[in-house]
Amino acid sequence: MEQKQLSGSQAVLEACIAEGVDTIFGYPGGAIMPIYDALYDYKEKLNHILVRHEQGGIHAGQGYARTSGTVGVVFATSGPGATNLVTGLADAMIDSTPLVCITGQVFAHLLGTDAFQETDVINITMPVTKWNYQITDAEEIPAVLAKAFYLARSGRPGPVLIDISKNAQIQKFDYLGYTTCNHIRSYRPKPVIRKNYIDEAVELINNAKKPLVIFGQGVILGKAEKEFKKFIEKSGMPAAWTILGLSALSTDHPQNVGMLGMHGNYGPNVLTNECDVLIAVGMRFDDRVTGRLDKYAKQAKIIHLDIDPSEIDKNVKADVGVWGDCKETLPLLTLGIEQKDRSEWLAVFAKYAKEEYEQCIEPEMYPSKEEMTMAEVIRNVNEITEGNAIMVTDVGQHQMVTCRYAKFNQSRSNVTSGGLGTMGFGLPAAIGAKFGAQDRTVVAVIGDGGFQMTLQELGTIMQTGIDVKILILNNQFLGMVRQWQELFNDKRYSFVDIASPNYVMLAKSYGIEGAKVEHRKDLVDAVKTMLAHKGSYLLEVMVGKENNVFPMVPQGCSVSEIRLK
Amino acid sequence: MSNNTEKQEYTITVYTENQVGLLNRIAIIFSRRKINVESLNTSPSEVQGIHRFTIVVMESRDVVLKVVRQIEKQVEVLKAYFNTNDEIVWQELALYKVLSEEITEKVKVERLLREFGARAVAIRKDFIVFETTGHREETNKLMQALEPFGLVEFVRSARVAIIKESAGFHEKLKDFEEREPGEEVIENEYLGKREAVFTM
Repeated sequence: MEQKQLSGSQAVLEACIAEGVDTIFGYPGGAIMPIYDALYDYKEKLNHILVRHEQGGIHAGQGYARTSGTVGVVFATSGPGATNLVTGLADAMIDSTPLVCITGQVFAHLLGTDAFQETDVINITMPVTKWNYQITDAEEIPAVLAKAFYLARSGRPGPVLIDISKNAQIQKFDYLGYTTCNHIRSYRPKPVIRKNYIDEAVELINNAKKPLVIFGQGVILGKAEKEFKKFIEKSGMPAAWTILGLSALSTDHPQNVGMLGMHGNYGPNVLTNECDVLIAVGMRFDDRVTGRLDKYAKQAKIIHLDIDPSEIDKNVKADVGVWGDCKETLPLLTLGIEQKDRSEWLAVFAKYAKEEYEQCIEPEMYPSKEEMTMAEVIRNVNEITEGNAIMVTDVGQHQMVTCRYAKFNQSRSNVTSGGLGTMGFGLPAAIGAKFGAQDRTVVAVIGDGGFQMTLQELGTIMQTGIDVKILILNNQFLGMVRQWQELFNDKRYSFVDIASPNYVMLAKSYGIEGAKVEHRKDLVDAVKTMLAHKGSYLLEVMVGKENNVFPMVPQGCSVSEIRLK
Repeated sequence: MSNNTEKQEYTITVYTENQVGLLNRIAIIFSRRKINVESLNTSPSEVQGIHRFTIVVMESRDVVLKVVRQIEKQVEVLKAYFNTNDEIVWQELALYKVLSEEITEKVKVERLLREFGARAVAIRKDFIVFETTGHREETNKLMQALEPFGLVEFVRSARVAIIKESAGFHEKLKDFEEREPGEEVIENEYLGKREAVFTM
């Protein structure tokens, strides 16, 4: 390798290129100016998207990572720029989203002096990053960034933050080229798979009369959708998903029995407490999935597949912990399990599904009452997209409804803030999702509350000309909190009544076409217009103010106590 | 409930890379769960360049097991172990400062110091500093015994511990440096039987 002099900033950008990065979401500022100055010469190779707020930048990075299956890259400056990343880091940490965030920092000699725009970003972000590191010497940049990308994407993915002092960005050093990292001695991305637990799991499955598979995002993160499908198909087991597992298995697969948890489907929740073997694949038994833990699947033997050893036995004790990457462990299980006909067991799910359809789903999807429902809006979207769109959601009632009713034919199509429940995630994540999958339709379903948290990113849409369909389901309330206040706080509606601006005019001021629908008769055409429109479009649909999302497992209740009304 | 939910003293031994900020990463694992750290020591280990943390907590086995896995998950942590007191040999060091005039005049004190195996590490006209090593009860006893004679200052170090059954880290480290590690590296000895639900 010929020896040449590079600045730290150039080395950062060279690292991005070597790692295959094509898109960066960011916002400049004083302490990161040298990197932005270098970026001026890299415009051809790196597409930098100027967002309107660093939180928007990191959510866009998350959306990008989720749809593209690669690492999202985010740039921000020191101080407020860096602290604005914290919500996104926490979101990416709990949802295992691979990110590399690069923040500028004050000159090394000013560290600890309360310099202008100095914050201790390393310590602030420590609990919400998989790894973070501060660079004060440019020579460290290539090796540290190689480590950052490796850590972000390998094992259980997660966000990594690299803080680079301004002097290191400016400093010239002898650049010896970039070597990717694939081994750190103190870091084990994948546990070693052992025969004993594979054999034990196979035996449990083969002896099971009523096995239930529950799967999470691990299947998607492990790029193991095919392996997973083969696994469930071989022995005919029903499979239910967590919110982040959604789209790993197409929604119309005959063995897909629906969603788990608080607003999940009737059958999978009730039957969790009736199955004899529960096989959890790449999921972490979140409390929103399990409901009351001491009444969760007590009758079942539990097999838990996870790449992260600390997840096994964390919330639910496993009878057999299958440590490893599910892309490798699933085929080993499939090899051992017997072909079985489980139609009788699947019929039990169908029975519950029928009851749920009659009591909950049909009245929501095809309402007879005058006001529109969120579910019928999603049904209309389904009918046109036929399950081929990427659905990005914010957080709240619309999120639960979209995840319950949207159709998906392919993986990496559902982008939502699962673990952290970050309102304001939807719009910026949708922008990133579109950059990560430019040939696909991206529909951002957002409530009137969450939209008002990050609507400044309409400016990013305007400037980049990216095509995102924004569907605001407006119930004039912070709907999910209102629902809880109705059910558990005697309808004491405390600060959930939220006013909205004129969204169509707002969009228009950003050069985005839009429409508002208040009556059912206009809905179909409005949805069609939105989806057929070239470029971004905002559709606001006025839905019933006090509609509730059901079924529901009330907090503190067991999954078998799920309420249909 | 079983032993796994009863609180007792556990000593956690962590082998790590020497990296700025790692102490914090480990400390926040405890503070996030509102677990009080009774004692924490960092020092070199038997392997050059590898650091060794010794952390003492009063917790149940269930909690300690989860905490240890979270510690091991940190990128710069090579390996973490946890042991009950009967599985380790440990010591703490204590220093006691007393006024010379009190001590030199009272024969009783001299006997006391001998009894507790204390030795003088500094002798001055105005004060004397004694040192003992031992378990907490032992160093505490001398503190209590010296109190009536004007104990001016007292300080005790964190616990340092040797694991009786451990063969050290030299061989293990070789394993870690391999790309395809042996079974030792990722042990799943923790996998227990399914028991009562644990809530932390």
